[in-house]
Amino acid sequence: MKRKKQMQTVVLYTSLILLTFIFLFPLIWMLVSSLKNEFQIFKDMKSLQAFLPPAPSEVEGGYFQNYIAAFQRVDLLRYIINSLIYTTGIIVFGLVVNSMAGYALARFRFPLAGFWLGVIIATLIIPPESIFLPLYVLVYDLGWVNTYTGLIVPFIANAFAMFLFRQFFLDFPKELEEAAKIDGCSQIGIFFRIIVPLSKPVFATVAIVLFINHWNDFLWPLVVASDESMRTIQIGLQYFMNEPPIKWGQVMAALTIATVPMLLIFTFLQRYYVQGLTHTGSKN
Amino acid sequence: MSGNSSSAKSLTSDRTPSHTRRPLQKVPSPKKQKRRKSQAFQEAVTGYFFLAPALILLGVFLLYPMGAAFYYSFTDFYILKPDDISWIGLENFTYILQDAEFRQAFWNTVYFSVIVVPVQLAVALVLALLINKKIRFRVFFRTAFFSPVVMSLVVVSILWTFMYNPNEGLINQLLGLVGIQPQPFLTSPDQAMNSIIVMSVWQGAGFQMMIFLSGLQNIPNHLYEAADIDGASSWQKFLHVTLPGLKNIALFIFITISIAAFKLLVQPMIMTQGGPLGSTKSLVYHIYETGFNYRDVGYASAMAVVFTVIVLVITIVQRVLVREERG
Repeated sequence: MKRKKQMQTVVLYTSLILLTFIFLFPLIWMLVSSLKNEFQIFKDMKSLQAFLPPAPSEVEGGYFQNYIAAFQRVDLLRYIINSLIYTTGIIVFGLVVNSMAGYALARFRFPLAGFWLGVIIATLIIPPESIFLPLYVLVYDLGWVNTYTGLIVPFIANAFAMFLFRQFFLDFPKELEEAAKIDGCSQIGIFFRIIVPLSKPVFATVAIVLFINHWNDFLWPLVVASDESMRTIQIGLQYFMNEPPIKWGQVMAALTIATVPMLLIFTFLQRYYVQGLTHTGSKN
Repeated sequence: MSGNSSSAKSLTSDRTPSHTRRPLQKVPSPKKQKRRKSQAFQEAVTGYFFLAPALILLGVFLLYPMGAAFYYSFTDFYILKPDDISWIGLENFTYILQDAEFRQAFWNTVYFSVIVVPVQLAVALVLALLINKKIRFRVFFRTAFFSPVVMSLVVVSILWTFMYNPNEGLINQLLGLVGIQPQPFLTSPDQAMNSIIVMSVWQGAGFQMMIFLSGLQNIPNHLYEAADIDGASSWQKFLHVTLPGLKNIALFIFITISIAAFKLLVQPMIMTQGGPLGSTKSLVYHIYETGFNYRDVGYASAMAVVFTVIVLVITIVQRVLVREERG
């Protein structure tokens, strides 16, 4: 009996370690290869040395030469700034517009309120991929191609975010708002001065969901930001893969750079992200 | 949470001073009626003030393009001749039936979805069950399984393209260590889609694992205790307590993965450009190429309409199944 249990433990931990290797080895290889020169990358790949960082004696010209070369070859900094402008724009305007809409749907009684809620939920089913072409024609006609406006404005309104805000505000106690009303505070004042400061968790969740979705965006920036100076990081990465000479170390350095912001978000704010997703998961 | 809100609501209605409520229950005086009406009007104005920005943006950038896609699908709209649009009826739709590339892209997408959805669901469930056991270093293992989610689909696709490199790639080197011949992976029509599938499951499973984990933690402990008292084996407990407890969350994940799988685009676009021999061309990729590379907006829109209908059907069928399961 005891031996059977020991066997089970051994099997359990062996499979856990094997799975850990399967899920981690590409990431580790990417990180350590970004620190090596081309010759060393190919030499190390023949053994498990592929997953170990280079020994200090083998590094000529510093660990970060691939990173420096990557920044010199294309305007990576510009791509990162573009990505940050794009995501920050969507987050800032998105938080205001969607929280207001969520509040309206949670609190006020007005004609067609139920109808609009239905429309907003229905738009969740529309695959964004199916409207990109006419959306591009529209943005083109507005003269917004290769502008931040064209990148940001179409994605400010977000049905999913409105839905999250509405769920949160439905659970929000009404007494505070009523007390403020008696004190003569206007509805707009109540919302921005009382509701918003007390709703930090839902704002954090929506902000993180929006950041992750749009930092990783590919199709829309690809078609709207065709100009090199407007490229986002996800589009810029392809340069290292397609334009010769293809240097594996530089590719890995560029991929690592594109991953750092996501890594920071998940390390410090994962709780909010998972909260938001499981919240909707269980409610649906 | 919902219990909280209902108690809050009843609290507020109880708090309404009774002397103001009582007269309203009788026939209100005309003056009061007027005031009530103007209050309702004010509430409607405020409501629309809060909702309007979102509605306008949704209308312009989501509903209008949807309508436009529908309209374009009956025309020969070509981007280089925007002023010369003519109505061609169902011609685009009848062409879809003859378009061999569309058929190939459709079946590629179906193949991808039919394999990715159950495999990813199963992998995510196994990972969640392992993590949910009483193990040491739980946080480490959970973080490890979740780590691919941190990388964007673009990053992952580029990284795996290098790993799949038939001559110098990491995977063939690792296979060589255990004595397996080098494989062609993305360069072979037989292996390219399967290589993309492996990568996609690897990237996505950790995310669904997290959702499963929150589901597992919501299964009340007393159910397991009761099963223990009845002398149930761990397999029986899994079958009769764990699985039923996860049903709703599994169905939710099933729906999200199916829809996401049907939208396959980034992986083939970056890794194979739809090749070799069109073996990884997906439906959305075919629509993208027709619209943006060949500029045939009319035909691309017709395919987009068909694509939307397919996604809607998947969603509705699954929703109905979920409801029947629950009812």
